[in-house]
Amino acid sequence: MTARTLEAAGIATVVIGSALDILRTAGTPRVIFNDLPLGNPVGKPFDRDMQHRTVSAAFELLFSAEAPGAVKTLPHQWSTQDAWRENFMAVRAEDAATLEALGRATQATRLENKAKGLFRR
Amino acid sequence: MYYRALGFQKDYAWASHDDIPFSPPKIPLSQATVALVTTAVVDASIPKPVREANSYPIVDVPDHFDTSELSWDKETTHTKDRESYFPINDLRARELRQEFKALAPRFHFVPTEYSQRHTIETDAPLITRHCLEDAVDLAILIPL
Repeated sequence: MTARTLEAAGIATVVIGSALDILRTAGTPRVIFNDLPLGNPVGKPFDRDMQHRTVSAAFELLFSAEAPGAVKTLPHQWSTQDAWRENFMAVRAEDAATLEALGRATQATRLENKAKGLFRR
Repeated sequence: MYYRALGFQKDYAWASHDDIPFSPPKIPLSQATVALVTTAVVDASIPKPVREANSYPIVDVPDHFDTSELSWDKETTHTKDRESYFPINDLRARELRQEFKALAPRFHFVPTEYSQRHTIETDAPLITRHCLEDAVDLAILIPL
């Protein structure tokens, strides 16, 4: 959403990200999409070539995109195995109790913070 | 589904917009000032619920950002390599090669906010103002 405000002020933007559905729905002007686990949108850790290619693609898209909502998907892969896709934020029956407890803890923390005045107005 | 498993009544509603603002670059890359925007935390001493957007000198990029409170795939990967989410060394090398004119004097932190209102009304306008002050032509935003 920050990209939208910058763009409205006349500054060309590109977002490099790995959460394409969220970026698309938000109406992001230009997106470089790396289909990698969340955490390393520019490329795999210490893979300087991959990271360099991503930044190059970002500059290219800034100048080649002709219409808003441009998405360039890069061919980078995390590995030949796709298991990581199944694991992130997975909801498995055996984890139900743990997830519920996590949700309760999150809500309790929010209320505690509110009581302490720790919130943005 | 994940949100409901946590016990919340409704799914989180991500921001949704059909209209998209669009400003093509006004000058060639070789003349452009480039800014970098991250969601990685610079000052972890500020508690998460009251963290606001801020701008920092580009000459003072921390060796490590705090990513511990951000939502990324902690089972699969790690964030020990700063370049994988804040490619400052790659950009500095490009600046030296004069691929673009210069990095902007400040880089920018925007918190990943549960509240879209904070982002739209406070954080994004602040960063935009700073970018305009710095005569930024191109902004690269890299959310974790």
